Amino acid sequence: MSSVNPGALPDGADAPRARNEWPLWEIFIRGQHGMSHRHVGSLHAPDAKTAIQNARDVYTRRNEGVSIWVVEASRITASAPSDKGPMFEPSESKIYRHPTFFDIPDDVGAM
Amino acid sequence: MYAQMVKSEATQDDPEKLAAFEARIAADEKIEPKDWMPVGYRKTLIRQIGQHAHSEIVGQLPEGNWITRAPTLERKAILLAKVQDEAGHGLYLYCAAETLGVSRDELTEMLLDGRMKYSSIFNYPTLTWADMGAVGWLVDGAAIMNQVPLQRTSYGPYSRAMIRICKEESFHQRQGYDIMMKMANGTPAQKRMAQDALNRFWYPSLMMFGPSDKDSVHSAQSMAWKIKMNTNDELRQKFVDQTVPQAEYLGLTVPDENLKWNDEKGGYDFSEPDWSEFFEVIKGNGPCNTERLAARNKAWDDGAWVREGMLAHARKKAARAVAAE
Repeated sequence: MSSVNPGALPDGADAPRARNEWPLWEIFIRGQHGMSHRHVGSLHAPDAKTAIQNARDVYTRRNEGVSIWVVEASRITASAPSDKGPMFEPSESKIYRHPTFFDIPDDVGAM
Repeated sequence: MYAQMVKSEATQDDPEKLAAFEARIAADEKIEPKDWMPVGYRKTLIRQIGQHAHSEIVGQLPEGNWITRAPTLERKAILLAKVQDEAGHGLYLYCAAETLGVSRDELTEMLLDGRMKYSSIFNYPTLTWADMGAVGWLVDGAAIMNQVPLQRTSYGPYSRAMIRICKEESFHQRQGYDIMMKMANGTPAQKRMAQDALNRFWYPSLMMFGPSDKDSVHSAQSMAWKIKMNTNDELRQKFVDQTVPQAEYLGLTVPDENLKWNDEKGGYDFSEPDWSEFFEVIKGNGPCNTERLAARNKAWDDGAWVREGMLAHARKKAARAVAAE
């Protein structure tokens, strides 16, 4: 449930025909418990105001949220799957960034 | 199920990429929209998720039929909420399908001109109020049977849509059973209506799982890719085993004289539905196929001026905002 992704289409696939479709919006909702807004899905709407109204009906029918953000899907820039290595490997090797790297004797108490 | 007889697509992909992809699936990793995937995986998923979405949307019609005639205001509010949920479920699924590179309008057009299917079950009429009970109890019950394992499907957006849907679906089945309990414990006439609804919906519900696919190459491929989690027969057996005691509790009789507990297999033996009827319904010759598609086409055509008008308005406002800067 994220944006339409023409870039994911196989090479030589038919280009999607130009259409008069309502644009796609990504929907983010803050739940009841003071958490951050979280991506919940997407929907089509002609403009931002309607996107929020529709998001209320589609994604908060059971009291799931107290606040809605909508972002037009085409405005989102995402990292590419092929960059996964260079992007995230550098942090993988730095295990000293985790507290469990250090042995603290039991006698010291909770730390 | 909501997606029946989905054919898998043969695939001719780079063997190295394919092997890496299959290793990810085997390791229970989720496949995300921008990841490399075999052409066949993409096409099969579009077909399956699309058919599932269409089923949710067309599935509003048999129940929508009773909203204005619900017996109490409370029942009416509940039914309205349930039908609204079906619309929501259709929308979650369309969004998941769209991440595979198909547009919403294309999906809709393929439903409207018959190139894509929806579940056979929605081509049966809902004749009495008891049918609202039977649909919730049996049809949603059968759907849940299929959807719960699909929460673990390999395609991320599909899995997330299924998780949302499953959270909401249990309300549907329980409200259906609640109607059945009321009717089964009501006047003799109400009890007859409940039994009649069970009689009419039993076999069509068993058909929802599709014909036996234990020897199907399509199913084998889809199961290897984890876009189908169980065989049709497994799910049907599970459904019967779960539903028969529920019917007994209601004091209703499952319309199958061969129904019998089999100690050895730890499940019920039961009669197969009439598969020739199933294939006729799939071909478009069920009791309500014409009516259902006509209703969807009318809604699409009647809504065209709203879709166009709202888009034109949004574009005009956007252009004015730019001009004012």
